[in-house]
Amino acid sequence: MIRFERVSKRYPNGREALTDLSFEVDAGEMVFLTGRSGAGKSSVLKLIALIERPTRGQVIVNGENTTRLPQRRVPQFRRALGVVFQDHRLLMDRPVFDNVALPLIVADSAFRDIDKRVRAALDQVGLLGRERVAPLELSVGEQQRVCIARAIVSKPPLLLADEPTGNLDATLAAEVMGLFRRFSEVGVTVMVATHDLPLVRASGLRAIALDDGHLGAPPADIDGYADGHTGG
Amino acid sequence: MVTPVASVAGWSARHGHALLSTTGHLARHGLATALTVAVMGLALALPLALDVLVRNVRAATGDFSESVGLSVYFKPDVPESKARQLTRIASERNGVASATLITASEALAEFRAQSGFGAALDALPDNPLPNVLTLRPKPDAASPAELEALRSYLTAWPEVDSVQLDRDWVLRLGAILELLRQVTLIAGVLLAAGVLAVIGNTIRLEILNRREEIEVTKLVGGSNGFVRRPFLYAGVLYGALAGLIGWGLVAVAQVALAPASLRLAAAYGSTFQLAGPTLEDLGALLLGGMILGWFGAWIAASRQLSRIEPRSA
Repeated sequence: MIRFERVSKRYPNGREALTDLSFEVDAGEMVFLTGRSGAGKSSVLKLIALIERPTRGQVIVNGENTTRLPQRRVPQFRRALGVVFQDHRLLMDRPVFDNVALPLIVADSAFRDIDKRVRAALDQVGLLGRERVAPLELSVGEQQRVCIARAIVSKPPLLLADEPTGNLDATLAAEVMGLFRRFSEVGVTVMVATHDLPLVRASGLRAIALDDGHLGAPPADIDGYADGHTGG
Repeated sequence: MVTPVASVAGWSARHGHALLSTTGHLARHGLATALTVAVMGLALALPLALDVLVRNVRAATGDFSESVGLSVYFKPDVPESKARQLTRIASERNGVASATLITASEALAEFRAQSGFGAALDALPDNPLPNVLTLRPKPDAASPAELEALRSYLTAWPEVDSVQLDRDWVLRLGAILELLRQVTLIAGVLLAAGVLAVIGNTIRLEILNRREEIEVTKLVGGSNGFVRRPFLYAGVLYGALAGLIGWGLVAVAQVALAPASLRLAAAYGSTFQLAGPTLEDLGALLLGGMILGWFGAWIAASRQLSRIEPRSA
């Protein structure tokens, strides 16, 4: 589902975020992306979501070589992608329903489908019945779950999450991880960038560890890793 | 494969959504919308007001130009009897509707009565005024060429001192009106450019205000066309409202000025009534406003939106 082939990314300011990075994620697999701040986690996600383009190497997502994808086809490509943000990035002046419906609206879905699928997505994150509520009236954990509903509402084959538990306490974090596992069980490929190593270890799932833009040692072998607060 | 029915449904769905969300957005920001629309409405009202003014002056002077005539001044030594005889000859000429003689003594009496120079006139040894013949051409013989021919014919009479064509001032007024019409045109072009700038700037600020929303929309797969659409609708709605307001302002001005214009017309013995802007004007102003709004929004959106790309995943 995701294949990085000798990918390097150098930003205009000269900083090299990724160096000769290669890895692969199978369809339906759930993996973690770990590493300190600045290790390159965010760069990997940006390359997959086509927010950035690699300086060298190739990124293949969902069978599509993104290196050759023209800019005008990027919107279509992103519709096959669900993204969950640490700061949820909800539109605060719109009710929950409108936020979750956004990916369907940009894809020109029919109105009756939109209603049905938004409810289904909210049901999956346990927020059915809160469609008309403004995001500001929700708790932080609920806002994060609205963000997850928005990411899965168009049933994308690939779900990316950038520090999805960064602002949540342990109970809420475990809840969110449980949600992701359920999606992967029904065939969705899930990639979660996080520095919450206890959570990673507890999951028993594969982790791609990044260290200064390279593949690093598996996180289980390193202690005292979980100092960072923001994504790299 | 997209069926035609599905693509039509999709088209109306996305445009319906864009129109609804834009209308809602403008309504929620009522004061800002009202100010923008007021500025644009004023800009559209000015050229329309000038145009309506020119049309009214044209209609008012149209009455006068039908009564164009010639004044034939006889030489001072031509006696009144000779003048009467010549008047008869003139009145029988083709294309002449009427020929009226104002004798020197009649003219003097009228001048004495109206000017208040009675005592000064008494001091004069002779009546200084000549006999004057006024001619009215038939309406179908009032072209400039025919009037000119009539003037040449009359000037050739040995008893005639000079012939004055009353049309001169009508021609001058026509030239002034033509100038005013061109001023209207230039003002219209300049103010249209102003409307374009106001729309463009409003939409630009709007895009900057909604930067976060645009980034998120692009991240979930919204195309440039999708994010631009509500701003184009906003431009068109601004333009339509401005057109409505511009027309309304001129209509209100006409109602306000109607009594005064009636009094002025009455003073000239005319039944002229001030005409307001027409429904065609409303259509033109709405259409013009909408085109300007769309174009201004399109320029601003095309410049701004491609610069806003998501920065983080």
